[in-house]
Amino acid sequence: MQNRIDQLFASKKKDILNIYCTAGFPELNSTLTVMKALQDSGADIIELGMPFSDPLADGPVIQDSSTRALKNGMSLHKLFEQLEGFRKEIHVPVILMGYLNPVLQYGVEAFLKKCAETGIDGLILPDLPMAEYEQDYKAIFEQYNLDLIFLVTPETSDARIRKIDSLSRGFIYAVSSSSTTGKDKDMGNQEAYFARLKSLQLNNPVLIGFGIKDKATFDAAAAHANGAIIGTAFIKALEGSTDIVATVKSFVASIREGKTLAEKTI
Amino acid sequence: MDIAIDTSKSRYHVDKNGYYGRFGGAYVPEMLYPNVEELEQQYMEVLRDPGFQAEFEDLLKNYVGRPSPLYYAKRLSAKYGAKIYLKREDLNHTGAHKINNTIGQILLAKRLGKSRIIAETGAGQHGVATATVCALMGMECVVYMGEVDIERQAPNVARMKMLGATVVPASSGSKTLKDATNEAIRDWINNPVNTHYILGTAAGPHPYPDMVARFQSVISEEIKKQLLEHEGREHPDYLVACIGGGSNAAGTYFHFLDVPEVKIIAVEAGGKGIHSGYSAASTKLGNIGIIHACKTLLMQTEDGQIVEPHSISAGLDYPGIGPMHAHLYETGRGVFLDATDDEALAAGYELSLLEGIIPAMESAHALAKLKDLDLKPEDVVVLCLSGRGDKDLNTYITHMKK
Repeated sequence: MQNRIDQLFASKKKDILNIYCTAGFPELNSTLTVMKALQDSGADIIELGMPFSDPLADGPVIQDSSTRALKNGMSLHKLFEQLEGFRKEIHVPVILMGYLNPVLQYGVEAFLKKCAETGIDGLILPDLPMAEYEQDYKAIFEQYNLDLIFLVTPETSDARIRKIDSLSRGFIYAVSSSSTTGKDKDMGNQEAYFARLKSLQLNNPVLIGFGIKDKATFDAAAAHANGAIIGTAFIKALEGSTDIVATVKSFVASIREGKTLAEKTI
Repeated sequence: MDIAIDTSKSRYHVDKNGYYGRFGGAYVPEMLYPNVEELEQQYMEVLRDPGFQAEFEDLLKNYVGRPSPLYYAKRLSAKYGAKIYLKREDLNHTGAHKINNTIGQILLAKRLGKSRIIAETGAGQHGVATATVCALMGMECVVYMGEVDIERQAPNVARMKMLGATVVPASSGSKTLKDATNEAIRDWINNPVNTHYILGTAAGPHPYPDMVARFQSVISEEIKKQLLEHEGREHPDYLVACIGGGSNAAGTYFHFLDVPEVKIIAVEAGGKGIHSGYSAASTKLGNIGIIHACKTLLMQTEDGQIVEPHSISAGLDYPGIGPMHAHLYETGRGVFLDATDDEALAAGYELSLLEGIIPAMESAHALAKLKDLDLKPEDVVVLCLSGRGDKDLNTYITHMKK
């Protein structure tokens, strides 16, 4: 059965913009405001972070946003309360990203059921290993028609990428360099890695993430894949914001319209 | 030496998938997968190599000062009505058992062609032990330490710097051991090729719990030989050790896990009391979850957020427990007790007066439970005295009875 992620990739192959925001950040009740503004500004996918006390794969900016969200009172139960009925207003695909421990405490099956009922389309759980997924959880994900999006990195072997491709649904999250989120690593020498990904002719679409922060880096990444993912740069923009909606709009415009302007000058 | 002994038939050692019962595994993000995979593929082969074992043994003997004595504590024995032996890990170079593991891991790192070492530390003992072996091998050393701990443990920070290490403050989260470990893991993600992470305890992703336990298993290997000399038998009636993450305990139990007549006693930090809200007794207060890429028993909220523990002893101040120990707890193979801050302090004073040994605050937790064991005069007890108490003098002095 096609879900919103499949439908998106069926209708749009290029320049897909996935933006990450932490639920409950900057304010406890700003979650839906941010999501709605992202959709209205032209983001194609919303990746909503479930805050965790010990986010191993994240750099300081996203971790601080998590810490703040937790201080604001965010929890999985609270998040599902906030998301109640959100599909009346938000129609773009929404993915929950987070770490396995809070999901285990909620109960994996109960969590996935709740995701499906609420209108979530997929999950990114970076610390869920493939073997455990395949053995314990794959059937439940499929039962609820939820995509699990796996990460690949420049260090991931071809054989492993193929295995990941066979288990993934929705898209593959290609991490641009071996790093935590928000690191300013040079993307210039990633050409060979992106070319390798392309040559593998994977079944799933590919979005590139980590280190994407502006129009130039978005364009560079999007040229090699179906689109790209922005997290840290967006959280930074939200951090000092006094008008969330305006901040979101100008941020997305800086990625999208910056590009249109550039094209016009050619 | 038996560090590479085949444990595949054991119920209590790691299985081929990296689990101890339902605990363990390697819940690492993909960015860390190649690092952990490389270790997993190679550690047993390296440990089995006679050349590696010879080098490890030589350094343990001539640099660390092993074997550490198994000391018959006569006055302590008289007090508790049993034959009590102390395994004197406090007499090792750098003053604790931690050096056994750092020697093993730095030799492994060299074989894997790594040039840079990172580590986490709480009180600074593992950081000092890591900085020490890095100086010995001429390798770059970066130690992550919580901002709060850096303030509390100034002498160990100075030691690490004197040994040439860079000490990086972990300023995220609660700014203690748990966050220092997160930062070390993040460093490893960002430096996957040239860096080896010397994890200090028998926790973290597979193969660390087994690898660290094997490097520490020299403790139980020596106990067997030494007890045979003292008592004419290899197996004690009781083995007692304190547990934070559980590396000294894993080393103490290692060769006795499948000997059912040896009773295994683990002592966790009760803090100000189990139900005080200030405790680090992970088996009593925790439930199954994932911390530092390992599925184990850990202290957490209903929402799955990891809780900051409390113990007077920085080395036991960890919200989780190594997966081997979680399994020993769940199967009933180990008996898990907890000692409060006050009980540990009292036991520390007592050992000082009875035997002239000032124990580390961690080891004092193990000593504190001698009174709760149902000991008979003929019982042979071996207790791992994991470290010396010099680093805890301030704590002892602050709490000294007037």
